[in-house]
Order: sequence, then structure tokens, then C-alpha cells
Amino acid sequence: MRHIISVLLENESGALSRVAGLFSARGYNIDTLTVAPTNDPTLSRLTISTTGDDRRIDQIEKQLGKLVDVVALQDITVNRHLEREVVLVKLIADAQKKADLDRVADAFHAQLIDISESQYIVELSGSNEKVDELLKVLASFQIIEVARSGVTGMTSTERVLKVDNK
Amino acid sequence: MQLTGADIVVESLKHEGVELVFGYPGGAALHIYDAFHRQDDVEHILVRHEQGATHAADGFARATGKPGVVLVTSGPGVTNAITGIATAYMDSIPMVVLSGQVMKPLIGYDAFQEIDAVGISRPCVKHNFLIQSVEEIAPTIKKAFHVASTGRPGPVLVDIPKDITAEVTTFVYPESIEMRSYPPVKSAQPSEIVAAVEAILNSSQPIVYTGGGVVLANAQEELRQFVRTLGFPCTNTLMGLGAYPHDDPLFLGMLGMHGTYEANMAMNKADLIIAIGARFDDRITGTLNGFAPDAKVLHVDIDPSVIDKNIMSDIAIVGDAKNVLTMMNQELARRAEDVNHELSRDWWAQIQDWRGLDSLWYEPSDSVIKPQFVVQKLFEATAGQAYVTSDVGQHQMYAAQFYGFSDTHRWINSGGLGTMGFGLPAAMGVKFAHRDADVACVTGEGSIQMCIQELATCKQYDLPIKVINLNNRYLGMVRQWQEFSYEKRYSHSYMDSLPDFVKLAESYGHVGMLIDKPADVEAALKEAFAMQDRLVFMDFITDQTENVYPMIEAGKSHSEMRLRPNGPKPE
Ligand SMILES: Cc1ncc(C[n+]2csc(CCOP(=O)(O)OP(=O)(O)O)c2C)c(N)n1
Repeated sequence: MRHIISVLLENESGALSRVAGLFSARGYNIDTLTVAPTNDPTLSRLTISTTGDDRRIDQIEKQLGKLVDVVALQDITVNRHLEREVVLVKLIADAQKKADLDRVADAFHAQLIDISESQYIVELSGSNEKVDELLKVLASFQIIEVARSGVTGMTSTERVLKVDNK
Repeated sequence: MQLTGADIVVESLKHEGVELVFGYPGGAALHIYDAFHRQDDVEHILVRHEQGATHAADGFARATGKPGVVLVTSGPGVTNAITGIATAYMDSIPMVVLSGQVMKPLIGYDAFQEIDAVGISRPCVKHNFLIQSVEEIAPTIKKAFHVASTGRPGPVLVDIPKDITAEVTTFVYPESIEMRSYPPVKSAQPSEIVAAVEAILNSSQPIVYTGGGVVLANAQEELRQFVRTLGFPCTNTLMGLGAYPHDDPLFLGMLGMHGTYEANMAMNKADLIIAIGARFDDRITGTLNGFAPDAKVLHVDIDPSVIDKNIMSDIAIVGDAKNVLTMMNQELARRAEDVNHELSRDWWAQIQDWRGLDSLWYEPSDSVIKPQFVVQKLFEATAGQAYVTSDVGQHQMYAAQFYGFSDTHRWINSGGLGTMGFGLPAAMGVKFAHRDADVACVTGEGSIQMCIQELATCKQYDLPIKVINLNNRYLGMVRQWQEFSYEKRYSHSYMDSLPDFVKLAESYGHVGMLIDKPADVEAALKEAFAMQDRLVFMDFITDQTENVYPMIEAGKSHSEMRLRPNGPKPE
């Protein structure tokens, strides 16, 4: 099962490597990882999407909780939640294909940014599945570069990830 | 008070009540060494290898419960210390390691003796810090001791760039520190205790299985009361020996790969396993498929990640072993009339049957020295009161099986990492902590050579340890596995070109003894322990082909123990 774990981390050098090191040392997979400072500059928020059965997820949470730099954590997938990923796709579309590209962008509510006569960047923010879907559709174009941000998210309930719930 | 960073390091150690630091100097640590020179409240012990420093600090910590302290230089000083840090980590031993680092402006430029100490130690420390400014030194050292010694203990490394140790600032040692990301240990809920005791009172085939957690929590008295109130059988892990007295009828001996028949069978057939401060590691459980098929598991541990890691629990209690046992004892007192020893009568009859097999039996000999016999005589010569350290191998298992421990903190060995080379330096740490006690290091001719240089430290600081070298001319444990699993292809397990240990000991200024006849064992031990102010290196030439039994081989379960071929057999 896929899980998204949100972590508040002390914004200190080396803190991220503790998390990454934990996952590699214990053989847990990281599907995506995003990290950035929060409105509190002493804290970073990290979002990890991973897969595993309940027991593995339980271990991942417990092992993360043991890291001294981890201030709070939450598996947001057990609650109602929002998840977003940004994707940028650079591709070639000649005049003939441009109309198709416009249709796809429209259908996905994606932005189209042109860089030259035949090269475009498609930008989309959406759930992991939606991004996958877009990439599938765009496969009929000549893709030259893809950049995905990885998933970030939060619960869409009253439960908040904050400092005191480690 | 205005002080240099180096003086702040030493002052901070004083504030933590540190009396002893084990270390080895080098460029990046020289300001700190200079600060040591200016004072004499904190004693620095110069070892001969940084691995020795970490094991000595570790031995000190295991024998006292206080964190051991290490000081090393950057680069090779840190890398040499890693084995000892990892050893402490695997056994949850409180330790603070201070390492010199190259000057801050040089970090990242592959400077001379630069190593990313925080990076290289990260997988084997509880936490680590790279100091960024002189102001950070005191609060960081405070945090390091706090993290190392609370919760589930472990080693903490503090890496200090050299230039920072020369800078000056006002010294104030913080009274307390706050770490929002390191909350205090949760205590057990009364409802959890009630549920646990209910299960306990209903069990007819219980076993109490305890590990290093009970030792670390100093919970032996509470454990003894708990076990005796219930009249339940009790077994200890290799790390937990001493928590329950070896000669008490309720004690089944050690369990696990080389545990007794009765302890392992009782685990296998139990209806309730009461695990306290133990983590169901692979050396304890054997294969998980055949593990205790009918048992409910009540698991008590201070570290939530240990629970449901290898074995799923039915009742889990996160908390300090001493606390939880105290609460359970209170609940048992409240429910005194529900304690029914009759319930486990048949179970005990079964256990006595298993016990009757005498699975530790070995064939005595009057021509060749049996290693088990040496350990038994060591027990007698020290009235069972010695601190016993060991290295890793067969000798470690003989010591665990045959030296009966009655108290915690007495049996000191590397259980988790299994580090050869641990025994002698660990014994130094123990001896520093307990100057008047007998300290014996049970070792093998392979292991002792891994940190043999510490014999010089023992001379310099006058540490009259007794080294019990069970010399079988083999890396015995490796040889045993090769005998059992590799059709006796003894690939690189013969220890050729051994030194003359007697002369070697003498060249370090100690007493050496060679003992090669069973008849001489007892007298030699008496003589050695009578030499109270000398380190005696006792080289016992033992049976080359003796094996450790019983044994649960890889992939086997508790009920499939390999027993001594010519020994007693179950019906
Ligand atoms: C540093 C290290 N290297 C290798 C091993 C693997 N190992 C485990 S036991 C053993 C043999 C130990 O031989 P010795 O010290 O002579 O003890 P004996 O088994 O003969 O009693 C070895 C090599 C280890 N535990 N530690």
C-alpha cells in the first residue's frame, strides 16, 4: 500500500541525511521525497511517499520517530487528505501536433509555456495519479525532459501536524 | 567566566560529573589536550588505539550505568573509534564521543585528516552533532549527555572543529536543556498494566524472558519480585544475564542460539511470553516460522520501535522496565488472591523434564583442558563475584553458560555487534570503575590479538586484570560452524604463528602463565587471583575440537536444537 508520511524536521544541517540514511539502511523504499522550510524557519517539512504493508509502515513511523531531529510526523494517507505533485514536461510539437497539445493541456488544466517554435513546457499540479495520467497521454509527443517534484500534502481534516504530536 | 572552547569542553565534562576520559591525541584535538593539561579534575587515560578507548569507555559504562566518555582526533582517530561506537550502539550503551575536526574553513576541502565524522558515524550513533560556534559547545555537550543516557541509551558523537576550540566566549553551563524533538519516555498506562496482569494471571504455561533493558534500567530487584510472586520460569538473554540469579530454581538459564534446552523449549511451548527489555533478535528466536507457535506475547520495552518489529505482540507496553515492573508488582499485590501457582504445575513438571536433560553437560577430561572447566573454576576462584568481560567466540558462550551471574552489570560482552577485541579494553574500563573488584577477561587467542596493545595501557595505569585466554589454536566458533555446515573444511580458521603469550605478557611488564594440564587449572587460578596488584595473562591450552552446545543452527527453531552428540538425549 502506498503511504504519504509528513515529517516536521529540525531545520539543521545533516537532518535530511538522517532520514535518507534511515530509509536506505533499513531497506525501506522512498518513492518520492520533498523537503522545504515551513513558515517557522526552524522547521522543515518533509513529505515521503513510500509503499509497504501495515507492519512496515508502522516500523517506518517508529524509526522516524526515534530520530532526534524529527519533531513530529503523521501518515496523512490514513485520513482524508490532499496531495499534490508538480510536473514539468518539455516536449517537441510541430505545428501539426500543436493543436493536440492544446487539447491535452486544456483537458488536464495544465499550463503551456512555449520556449521556441516547436518546444513547449507543460506544467501541471495535481495528484500523483493525475500526473501519471498526463505523462501517459503525452507519450505520443516527443518528450525531451521530465521533472517531477514528488508528492507533498496535508490532511484535509482538523488534524494538524504540529510541534507537540511526536 | 571567559574561556576558550577547549577549556569549555573540559569544564562541561566536569559539570557532567565526568571523572575519566579515554582518548588518544592528534592535531585537531590538541587545543583540547592542552586544556586537559591545565587541570586535574578530569583524568585522561591514554589508550593505545582508539578502538580501545571506545571499548574501555563502554566497559566503564556497562559496569557503572554512567556514560563512558571518549576523546579522539579527526580522520583516523574517528575511523578507529567507529567499531567501538557501533558496539555500544548495538547494545544500547550510554557513551559520549568527542572528536576533533579540521578547522571550520577547511571542512569540505579534503584537508589533512579530514573525515565527515557526523556522516561516517550516523548509522551507529543515537545522535551526533557538528559544533558550529564556540557558544554551542556547552549546550551541545549537555544535550549529548542527556540523549546518551536517557530513554534507550546509546552513543552520541560531538564533532568539534579545531579553530572553535581556540575561540573564547563566556562559559555558562546550562542547568537544563529543552529538546522539543526528544520528548521524555512515555510511561505505561494503568489500563495497560491491568490488561497485562490479567493475561499473566490466566497463563498456565508462562515464561518471563528478559534482556539488556532490565540491566540498563536497574530493574533486577523488581524483576525478581515479579518472578517470585508469580512462581514463573525466567530466562535471560546473553545481554540480560545477572538480572535473575543463576542458581535460583525459577531460572532456566540463558536462551537463544546457545541457550539451554529448557529455556528454548519453554519459549517454544509457552502460552504466554512476557518479554521485558528484550528485542526478539534472530539469535534469540531462531527462525521466525517456528517461533513459539502457541504463545501470546506481552512485550515491554522503552523503545516503541522494538515492539512488533520481529514478533507481533498481543499486549504492548512502552515504558522503562523498572517502572513497568513496579506497576505490575503493585497490580499483582492488589490481586494477590488471584495469583495461583497451581495453574502452572504441569508446566513446571514439563520444564523439570527438559531440565533433567542437562543440556550444558560436557565430557570431563583429565588429559586435556576443557574450556568449560576453566570457566567453572574461574567462578569458584572468584566466588562468583567477579566482573567478567569477554570477547567473541566459543569462549564467550562458555563464559555465559558456565559463570553463574547473580547480579547485573557483572557480565560485560558485545552481544549485538559481536566485536572481537572488546574484552581487554572493556575490562580496563571496568577496572577503573571498580578498583577493588576482581575483573576477568575471558578471551580466545584470536580475539585477544585484536586489541592486545592495550596491555601497555594496563601497565601504565596499573590495572591488575586477569586475562583468561582459552587458547584452542582455532578461531573456534568459526571452526565449529565449518565443522557443522561446511563438512569440516576449515578454511582460514586455524590460528597459526601464535605468539608466546607468556613472554608477550612479560614484555609488557605483566605476569604470564601457561597452563596445559587440567590438574593445574584450579591452583593456577588461585595463584593468579592472589596476585592482587598484577595483571596476569593466563594462557590455557584447551581442547582444540570442543564445541558449544546446545546450538540452534541457522534456519532452525527452538524445538530443533542440536545437542551434544555423546551427551544425554531427550526421550
Ligand atoms: C572483529 C570481528 N571479526 C570477525 C568476527 C567473526 N568471528 C566470530 S567468532 C570468531 C572466532 C573467535 O576466535 P577466538 O577469539 O580464538 O575464540 P574461540 O571461538 O576460539 O573461543 C570470529 C572470527 C568477529 N566476531 N569480530
